[in-house]
Amino acid sequence: MARVLIPTALQQFAGGTDELDIAGATVQDVLDGLAAQYPDLKKHLFNEKGELRHFVNVYKGSEDMRSLDGMATTVSEDDELSIVPSIAGGAGPIKPLPEPVSVISDDRGASAELSNDEILRYSRHLILPEVNIEGQKRLKAAKVLCIGAGGLGSPLMLYLAAAGVGTIGIVDFDTVDVTNLQRQIIHGNKDVGRLKMESARETLRDINPHVEVIGFEEQFSSENAMRIVKDFDLVIDGTDNFPTRSLTNDVCVLLNKPNVYGSIFRFEGQASVFWAEKGPCYRCLYPEPPPPGLVPSCAEGGVLGVLPGIIGCIQANEAIKLILGIGNPLIGRLMLFNALKMQFRELKLQKDPSCPICGTNRTITELIDYEEFCGIRGEESAPQTVDENEEITVKQLKARMDRGEDLTIIDVREPYEYAIARIPGTKLIPLGQLEERAGELDPNTEIILHCRSGKRSADALNRLKARGFVRLKNVVGGITAWSDEVDPSVPKY
Amino acid sequence: MIRLSEADLDAIRVHGAATFPNECCGVMLGDVEGADKRVREIRPLANVFEPSAGFETSVLPAGAAAEDVATVGQERRYFVSPQEMFALMQEERRTKRKVLGFYHSHPNHPARPSAYDREWASPWYTYIIVSVLDGRPDDLTAWQLDDDRQAFSPETWEIVDPS
Repeated sequence: MARVLIPTALQQFAGGTDELDIAGATVQDVLDGLAAQYPDLKKHLFNEKGELRHFVNVYKGSEDMRSLDGMATTVSEDDELSIVPSIAGGAGPIKPLPEPVSVISDDRGASAELSNDEILRYSRHLILPEVNIEGQKRLKAAKVLCIGAGGLGSPLMLYLAAAGVGTIGIVDFDTVDVTNLQRQIIHGNKDVGRLKMESARETLRDINPHVEVIGFEEQFSSENAMRIVKDFDLVIDGTDNFPTRSLTNDVCVLLNKPNVYGSIFRFEGQASVFWAEKGPCYRCLYPEPPPPGLVPSCAEGGVLGVLPGIIGCIQANEAIKLILGIGNPLIGRLMLFNALKMQFRELKLQKDPSCPICGTNRTITELIDYEEFCGIRGEESAPQTVDENEEITVKQLKARMDRGEDLTIIDVREPYEYAIARIPGTKLIPLGQLEERAGELDPNTEIILHCRSGKRSADALNRLKARGFVRLKNVVGGITAWSDEVDPSVPKY
Repeated sequence: MIRLSEADLDAIRVHGAATFPNECCGVMLGDVEGADKRVREIRPLANVFEPSAGFETSVLPAGAAAEDVATVGQERRYFVSPQEMFALMQEERRTKRKVLGFYHSHPNHPARPSAYDREWASPWYTYIIVSVLDGRPDDLTAWQLDDDRQAFSPETWEIVDPS
């Protein structure tokens, strides 16, 4: 028999005594024996599933059983088991979650009609009391616009179409490239070279012929944004750059549409619902654009292919909730996701009273030039300038190599890029290390610089020039041009 | 019913104000007099609640109020270490003084037990909650868990002279 010490709080359920002798070979046995003997005690020790309640600690002697073998901890005759309540608690959540809201009025939902084919197709929705026929009609009535048919747009549109969203608009003027297929699952191998909008439309129609797909084969801009967005109920931001995201935000604020936002980078993603009427907008979050080039795009920084699938599905989920008017929308909340750690975190977002477009003192009342706002236009007209006589084409470079010249060729890309493809006879000095490693270079010899496309190496050339190097050459088009024009066996990426 | 002095209540209020914006917690020790409790000592305990493991991100926006909604910290939770509770249980057996209950604060929140309070509560103990608004102690309430664990009922208290 082990001795069990009962805390004052539980003594009333254990015959009023503060210690009991109970037989058992393990802690589990002893507690089961105790519960059998004192049924009133049982509900305070175990939950409905028969698991030990999390505020119940058990000590064997002076050791917490969790540091031993838990419930399987062996118990001998002269052991003393103490039941120790955990003391914890605290106030409720800081802020209640936002109330459900639907972008589809009851009348519009009621006026939509479902055929028998559709009723069968949406059976698993219809048997959910939260969706039911009424919700499915709202989905049918809904018009959702997706800006971009890329990494985020691909998975989210597949689910919107499958769910029975009546009208899906797609804005995209780009064509499918083979490097898109790693994540843009609405497109397939056969679609390479086709318009993304066309390819997406075909896939969506294949998934659900009851969905009307409206394609806009144009670059989303200040000129067309109001016209494109005005007839839709909500907008989903599947863009990959700051100017278009700002434009998407502003047009949604001006037309009072919810904007279901998502963004991805490498292994991390974000999602939120911006709706100025009910919470903060994108500009409350990012009042100023980042300096051009600071935030790399997926093309520059890379992205785990499955990540836009996860974030895009969160966007689809939020869009569907906003149509059905169920659950707590992601308004005023920013969901952060880390795929490597497999962690979600949620931040509270405040509406910024000084926001230029949704604050109390509005300075933006119409769409502006977003390229200029983000400082990109200026950069385009003045890229890293390199004089023509500081340029060398890949063919010229190859010819000089073939002549047996002793050349110093510096590859300024990152080591992982070097591992994918390289031009023979080059030395790797990543751009970020160039200045501190400039001492490895002889200022009196000619130095030829290259990268993937010629942009970073132009930057490198100017940095070396500033340090007094004079005989510099930039390889036009970088290793991509080398692959195209000199050696196709070198892979492009 | 629980009997305690105005000085006991003040000690709880002062503790709540001192740990603001975090929650304070502590234990009430004393005598069991039939169905009633008589407080002899208010003893602050350490709040050792730890928020869930840190979340790293390189893409935190500059304009975000980094106030976490899902991952709450000591401003919304308290936790007394099991080791400290074990020591209290041992002390209870050595001395005549019993653990009568616990107190904690609700910073900028009403002095009402939350669902979380209920989930973690033990029967019989008295739970005192002091609301602390912007650092100033406000409402103070006392509660006891119902036997079916489904709700808290207010516990009456009587102010007595300090022992």
